[in-house]
Amino acid sequence: MSVLVYIENWNGKFKKSTYELVSYGKRIAAGLGGELSIISIGNVDETELKKLGAYGAGKVLSANTDMALDDKAYAALIAEVANKSNASVVVMANNSTGKALAPRVAVKLNAGLVSGVNGLPLSYQPFVVSKKAFSGKSLLQAEITSGKKVITLSQNTAGVEEFPGDVTVEPVDVSAVSGSVKVLSSDVQTGTILLTEAEIVVSGGRGMRGPENWKPLEELAEVLGAATACSRPVSDEGWRPHHEHVGQTGKVIAPNLYFALGISGAIQHLAGVSSSKVIVAVNKDAEAPIFTAADYGIVGDLQEILPKMTEAFRKFKANA
Amino acid sequence: MNILVCISNVPDTTTRIKYSADMKEVDYSGVQWIINPWDELALTRAIELKEANPALVQKITVITAGRADVEATLRKALACGADDAIRVDAASGDSLYTASQLANAVKGDAYDVILCGIESSDYNNSAVGGMMAELLDYNSVSAVSSLNLDGNTIKVTREIDGGKQNIEVAGPVVLIVQKGIAINPRIPSMRGIMTARTKPLKVVPATDVIPASRVVSYEAPPAKSACKMIAPDHIEELVNLLHNEARVI
Ligand SMILES: Cc1cc2nc3c(=O)[nH]c(=O)nc-3n(C[C@H](O)[C@H](O)[C@H](O)COP(=O)(O)OP(=O)(O)OC[C@H]3O[C@@H](n4cnc5c(N)ncnc54)[C@H](O)[C@@H]3O)c2cc1C
Ligand SMILES: Nc1ncnc2c1ncn2[C@@H]1O[C@H](COP(=O)(O)O)[C@@H](O)[C@H]1O
Repeated sequence: MSVLVYIENWNGKFKKSTYELVSYGKRIAAGLGGELSIISIGNVDETELKKLGAYGAGKVLSANTDMALDDKAYAALIAEVANKSNASVVVMANNSTGKALAPRVAVKLNAGLVSGVNGLPLSYQPFVVSKKAFSGKSLLQAEITSGKKVITLSQNTAGVEEFPGDVTVEPVDVSAVSGSVKVLSSDVQTGTILLTEAEIVVSGGRGMRGPENWKPLEELAEVLGAATACSRPVSDEGWRPHHEHVGQTGKVIAPNLYFALGISGAIQHLAGVSSSKVIVAVNKDAEAPIFTAADYGIVGDLQEILPKMTEAFRKFKANA
Repeated sequence: MNILVCISNVPDTTTRIKYSADMKEVDYSGVQWIINPWDELALTRAIELKEANPALVQKITVITAGRADVEATLRKALACGADDAIRVDAASGDSLYTASQLANAVKGDAYDVILCGIESSDYNNSAVGGMMAELLDYNSVSAVSSLNLDGNTIKVTREIDGGKQNIEVAGPVVLIVQKGIAINPRIPSMRGIMTARTKPLKVVPATDVIPASRVVSYEAPPAKSACKMIAPDHIEELVNLLHNEARVI
């Protein structure tokens, strides 16, 4: 009844979501009365791997390889490690990597897969988890009936917990692993806060009126240490880059604090942001549907309100 | 080169979700069905590639696993420009069940590229494409936001957390597509609708597969408490509430 958690790294480093996954795996292992192992694929040094010990990692299996993400090869490696460590539950993140690998691993293990799980299983025998469906309009409870199970965790739904303990790091033999997709070039965002990892997100909609008005929004984000996002029409119009688009057809995010500025709150937009812990909406239309999803609201014109907000938060930060 | 596009039939995105009295099932009465938005874009890209490379792309086939009532969706895909269609006569099941039905139906057929969407807008499981690839023992690339052909070489862009990669991959391959793959979905022309009636639609029986998961029950998401309104000239009140009440700053 042991648990295997697959973790990815960003240039050899882990993020908060990594620690969330590890401590989540630890709690599932405890629920099942089993052990936790971690599989890391990529070039990660021992110091970084040892950090996982604080979150209950126990045993870290490190597949130290330069090979870029290759769905087939990575999945084969994860399934092999799962079999060797007798894992009955395999856990991954519900992000682009998890979505690429979990289905393949599930087939290899002949396991049922539920992706986008919210928080801990509701029961272990039977194994029942909760997830959103219909793009956030419904919640469902699903039972995985097969002996082995694969789940992917929706970010920021389980939280990070500390389980200080010893960690052992073991290398995984990667000599037989080879990929067949060829990466010609890659373009990885550096320096800026990753939208899917950000605790605070400042997002603008068509109510921002045009790309030339984004400066004040960026200023607010900077003061708050936030990532920036936008609604779909804003990225479609080319006012903002596509990777900022959130919603049903863009990224699904779950920050602690989401600012919806000049966003009407269409159901497809909410599908991507409704898991945020707190939503603040600013809109000049008091009837805008965003106010039914928001926790705090201001009715007014952004041209005036945005600079005032930035000023107020700046003052707060200066005194904090 | 032959392209297979997997089409899932989903309720229109704005549909209000209703349930049976015991909350064990979704009540689909009165629901308007559409082609899953990602699949519509995948099909659009396949058609664009065929139009741009008529000598290279021979045939576009669409496939769906479902009962006879989903045939309208396949006819729509044919009207948009697919050449032929397959329906696997299967009930709905979990992702492993659906992926197995699709993989069993096309095993041995010569598709160079199989396109799936990144998720169905109903169960949001993001699973069928990757599962099909594993069942067929094909390569797969997920989160594909652009697809181009350079002769028989398949060039794609894949989105990764915080960036993108340009990749070259040989067929047969399953490509799991997302935002960017095509911009405006193809809509059927009058002529398309006429010719769709005579295009081949093959029905194949389901195979025996045991699902590995099931839905136990549904629940409406918890209602949000009322939004606290703050006067525009009291922004410091917002700061105060976010700090002391919500504790997020
Ligand atoms: C299949 C499908 C998928 C979709 N996926 C997505 C998705 O992933 N993400 C997404 O965002 N959308 C998506 N959409 C589009 C969605 O339906 C809405 O059209 C979109 O979210 C609206 O964007 P918006 O709120 O920025 O613009 P609008 O709806 O135009 O709203 C602008 C708001 O700004 C306010 N405003 C205007 N001027 C000011 C001002 N000076 N000060 C303050 N407020 C002002 C207005 O009152 C209004 O409420 C999808 C649609 C479909 C059909
Ligand atoms: N019943 C089905 N028939 C054909 N293709 C499907 C079916 N269900 C899912 N798919 C494909 O798999 C993709 C991902 O769906 P899912 O794994 O259900 O989120 C969809 O975008 C479709 O391309």
